[in-house]
Amino acid sequence: MVRMAFFTKLCFAVAMIGLGACSPQVLTTEIHDPYETANRRTHTFNKAIDRTLVRPVAIGYSQIMDDSLENVISNVASNLSVPSHVINNLLQGDLESAVKNTVKFGINSTIGLAGIATPAAELGIDGGRSDFGQTLHVWGISEGAYLELPMLGPSTSRDALGTAVDYLLDPIGQIASAQQQAFATSTQVGSLLTRRGQFTGTVDSVLYDSADSYAQMRSIFLQRRRFELGGAQEEAYFDPYDDIFDDE
Amino acid sequence: MNNTHRRAIILGLGAVFFNKATPAFALSTDQASQLVGKVVDDINAVIQSGRSRAAMLDAFEKIFARYADVKTIARYALGRDARSASAAQMAKFTDVFSRYISRKYGARFNEFVGGRIDVSSTRKVKSFHEVKAVVTFRGGSKMEIVFLVSDRSGQPLFFNIFIEGINMLLTERTEIGAMLDRRQGDLDALISDLREKG
Repeated sequence: MVRMAFFTKLCFAVAMIGLGACSPQVLTTEIHDPYETANRRTHTFNKAIDRTLVRPVAIGYSQIMDDSLENVISNVASNLSVPSHVINNLLQGDLESAVKNTVKFGINSTIGLAGIATPAAELGIDGGRSDFGQTLHVWGISEGAYLELPMLGPSTSRDALGTAVDYLLDPIGQIASAQQQAFATSTQVGSLLTRRGQFTGTVDSVLYDSADSYAQMRSIFLQRRRFELGGAQEEAYFDPYDDIFDDE
Repeated sequence: MNNTHRRAIILGLGAVFFNKATPAFALSTDQASQLVGKVVDDINAVIQSGRSRAAMLDAFEKIFARYADVKTIARYALGRDARSASAAQMAKFTDVFSRYISRKYGARFNEFVGGRIDVSSTRKVKSFHEVKAVVTFRGGSKMEIVFLVSDRSGQPLFFNIFIEGINMLLTERTEIGAMLDRRQGDLDALISDLREKG
């Protein structure tokens, strides 16, 4: 039964890919934002959620929790996401990373006591993170339009689809009981709060100190995501001295 | 005068002219690497000093003033508006901008407290040098920072930083552009607001 559901979901995912292919190719430093008005509205909403809920909770969480306990929770959450990385490694034809991540998951889940410790890291075994948005990128689907999603934040057409597919394809979700699923989700929430707390300064500076936090976040998200997807950073290299000598 | 002579003179003049028009790229890979090495050493000293946040931000401001080509960064961030600005406005803007930018990025470096930065590689790209450095956080996770170094200002200085692919020049042009839009393009208003912010 479980396997049936898995394949139904995979078919759905493949069918959805056609949608992403419609959007035009975007160059490295270019921004394609046809839904800016709607995105800005979502941004205002997300900012309000952050200000009233996420930020204070994250700061409180970091204060109450012992650092080592926070690390343990983040490690468990991170370990639970590894099977999903393996699936995407395979979909991308990256067998080496798939094997490394499988071994990593095996070691950390057993010797590492369900991911509490990370012995695989000490052994240098890591296939890296992967997601379905990246898989779509590898398959040649273009980035599409910039999107700001409610609660989830900055994304693109391709990544929004990727996030949905990752959620549906997640092997942990396939085999876990409702209770285990709730546990997995709570570790993920904890991990997110830790990261929001750890980078309070940076996130606050973008969200609350920028003249236009929407434009700033959009620029930063797209630069970072394109970098993560292995777009040659060099394409974003330019010589500002040329610019200056030109207008003299 | 025969043709050969004339050609030689033209070539000679051409060579002189060419030398003047093209800045000499005297900067070697080693020099670029050394410059960033110094930047990184100074940042490491600050983040391991255990000083107060305010003291650290002051220290980062000095690091920027010493090793970054703030004049070029300021001019680029201002974009097209730099062309219509008067020399006096540019001088004032550069002054307030350098404080703004060094404190902003200093606050980012401040998040590396307890960690360490090391130069990992240097190579020549286009008309400048790319120096890669790796930040190792307390927990052991790593992050890449790239410094772009040029001597086209007259001395070796860095003019751009990429933190995890995020480009300082591009990000600041967006930000300064938005600040100007908010003030209906009034550069003087922007200068006085930036001064208060810093």
